[in-house]
Amino acid sequence: MNKIEINDCTIKKVNDICEKFGNKSGELINVLHETQNTLGYLPEEVQKVVAQNLNVPLVKVYGVVSFYSFFTMKPKGEHPISLCLGTACYVRGAENVLREFEKELGIKVGEVTPDGKFSLDCLRCLGCCGLAPVCMIGDKVYGRLEPKMVKEILAEY
Amino acid sequence: MDLIKLTIDNVPVEVEPGTTILKAAEKVGIKIPTLCYMELPDVGVINNPGACRMCVVDIGGPRLFPACATTCTPNMVVKTNSPRVLNARRTVMQLILSDHPADCLLCAKNDDCELRKLAAEMGVHELPFVENCKQSHYKKSTSPSINRDQDKCIMCRRCETMCNEVESVGAIGAINRGFNAVVATAFERPLVDSNCVFCGQCVAVCPTGALTEVNNNPEVLEAIADPTKTVIVETAPSIRAALGEEFGLEPGTLVTGKMVAALRRIGFDYVFDTDFAADMTIMEEGSELVDRLTRVAKGDKSVKLPLFTSCCPAWVNFCENEYPEMLDNLSTAKSPMEMFGPVAKSMYADKLGIKRENLVVVSVMPCVAKKFERQRPEFSKDGDSDVNIVITTRELARLIKINNIDFKSLPDEDFDAPMGESTGGAVIFGNTGGVMEAAVRVAYELVTGKKPEKVEFDEVRGFEGVRMATIDFAGTPVNVAVAHELRNARKLVEMVKSGKYNLAACEVMACPGGCIGGAGQPFHHGDSNILIARHNAIYREDENKKCRRSNENKQLAEVYKEFLGKPLAGRAHELLHTRYFDRHRI
Repeated sequence: MNKIEINDCTIKKVNDICEKFGNKSGELINVLHETQNTLGYLPEEVQKVVAQNLNVPLVKVYGVVSFYSFFTMKPKGEHPISLCLGTACYVRGAENVLREFEKELGIKVGEVTPDGKFSLDCLRCLGCCGLAPVCMIGDKVYGRLEPKMVKEILAEY
Repeated sequence: MDLIKLTIDNVPVEVEPGTTILKAAEKVGIKIPTLCYMELPDVGVINNPGACRMCVVDIGGPRLFPACATTCTPNMVVKTNSPRVLNARRTVMQLILSDHPADCLLCAKNDDCELRKLAAEMGVHELPFVENCKQSHYKKSTSPSINRDQDKCIMCRRCETMCNEVESVGAIGAINRGFNAVVATAFERPLVDSNCVFCGQCVAVCPTGALTEVNNNPEVLEAIADPTKTVIVETAPSIRAALGEEFGLEPGTLVTGKMVAALRRIGFDYVFDTDFAADMTIMEEGSELVDRLTRVAKGDKSVKLPLFTSCCPAWVNFCENEYPEMLDNLSTAKSPMEMFGPVAKSMYADKLGIKRENLVVVSVMPCVAKKFERQRPEFSKDGDSDVNIVITTRELARLIKINNIDFKSLPDEDFDAPMGESTGGAVIFGNTGGVMEAAVRVAYELVTGKKPEKVEFDEVRGFEGVRMATIDFAGTPVNVAVAHELRNARKLVEMVKSGKYNLAACEVMACPGGCIGGAGQPFHHGDSNILIARHNAIYREDENKKCRRSNENKQLAEVYKEFLGKPLAGRAHELLHTRYFDRHRI
């Protein structure tokens, strides 16, 4: 998903999500979760709307967004790549796979390709360590990765 | 309810249910070291996130518990000094220090640093983790009032408690996680671009050099050394009740005379009193209140009541940020400091026969928000600020020390005329409730034409967050309210907006206890007895004054007669009143 335009429509979407959770400050994480699922990421303007609706200081919203690695303030690519760097994947060479992704895409972790097609992120454990090293592109899981497979996988998209 | 019995280091102790181990230990003379913990019970401030783990104790079992956040249970056996506890505590200190810059000699906090003091007490002299150890690096940042050096942040979260819970501003909070965690503004913007109101209570409680006031002493020294400049100084009401602490005097010692003597020796050409201007504020604000009440009585619907005081710059910032719809309720009277500036730069500069720009006005304030206030463009003329430099009580203490003055041996001296005389009404501006009391002392006479029977109005005194009182104006009841700390100001504003309270006037001060607890005062290090001692000292100074009502200030009456005219009108209106701006942001 690419950078979104902050217009009345976007703000209404955020307002509706906040409303759904009763505009309760205790629902901050749930609100952010659903907002990110809807918009793809949590830009500053969106966090401001959430802060206002839930009546919490903006820095608290930003505190939560910056604390949890799941939340992102950058727009993701059309096909978000999440590479696992958990213990099992790591010892089986996930770092080399990561380097290969970075090389092929020409971006670093946390960035989006200029055409907006791919974004690259790391996470800790997808819950299928038997497939290590593992990554997800969108909803599709790729296991037993080796650096040489990267080019081929990217070509699917 | 039954008391809980337990032993701490083999000493039996009985406490009320809900008491923390830390408090129970204090009862039997055991002082468990703390770092993030801070409590000011009299003003309702507590910070005990159990974050630093310095106060860990052994209560049996595999884990150690923080004494500040663990309540006593029956038959608990607590060890505060077993080898296991001491070892853990030492490791905690070493870990904190491993990610802390070691530039103590050059640090602004230096002798006042609680981390340094504790490390010294614990005898931590080596750091086993320093090799290959990661250190966080943040950019230093500044603002009109506050300097931040986040590398020195130990995540005690005291500042966050003050900003969020006590002041209800929410400008700063913990962001990021793990090694990168730090207290910062939203999106790590500079303070000026956040909703910070510059009350500085974060600075007042920071145990390290992460948050400090901007140091303006070099500018003072430069101005004094400049032969083309005449440098005058004014001192706020609450300085005299706190400055002595910086020189080892008991909290609550009044040092008015010594302070004046010290300022002369530093080289100020004339030493004046902000109290004089506080009397002026009361004349203007009191008249404004009476004017509004009269107009409302005549059916004028455009007049807003209650009238809110506007002496506290952090409160004014807060109101502009959060309640722009209330700006018409704010008194248009400037703060005493900002009244002093333009009067000095017009009337007094003329008297001395010097140009405005050659008169440098220095203010000594208990406050860091005053540094912000003086930079407001509306408080200047042709680019020259009405008040040129603001220094805090702490900066003044340093200024006295670097000028080789032995403060304690100084003789008592008097302020210069004409802006040195003041009444008791001005002195009590330093305490929460003081501005209201001073206003009532004068407004009573303005409304009824006679002097009030009493001069002390106990009903507005005290430390309660929001206090309401009804003052009998010779048969007419007048309802007033007082709030200190901005969380209580918020409560008060919401009460006013609810329309359920028929209030005439409200006083707000942002800091706990009012200016005596200002962020520029000597550090209280979590001891609320210090605030109480200053509070009492202010009322003592009031009692000692011959004149206690602002309208009895003879020098001020002269200034009105010769220069200002009548309150609210002509020159007084032009020089002593201001306007406010909608700065609403989240």
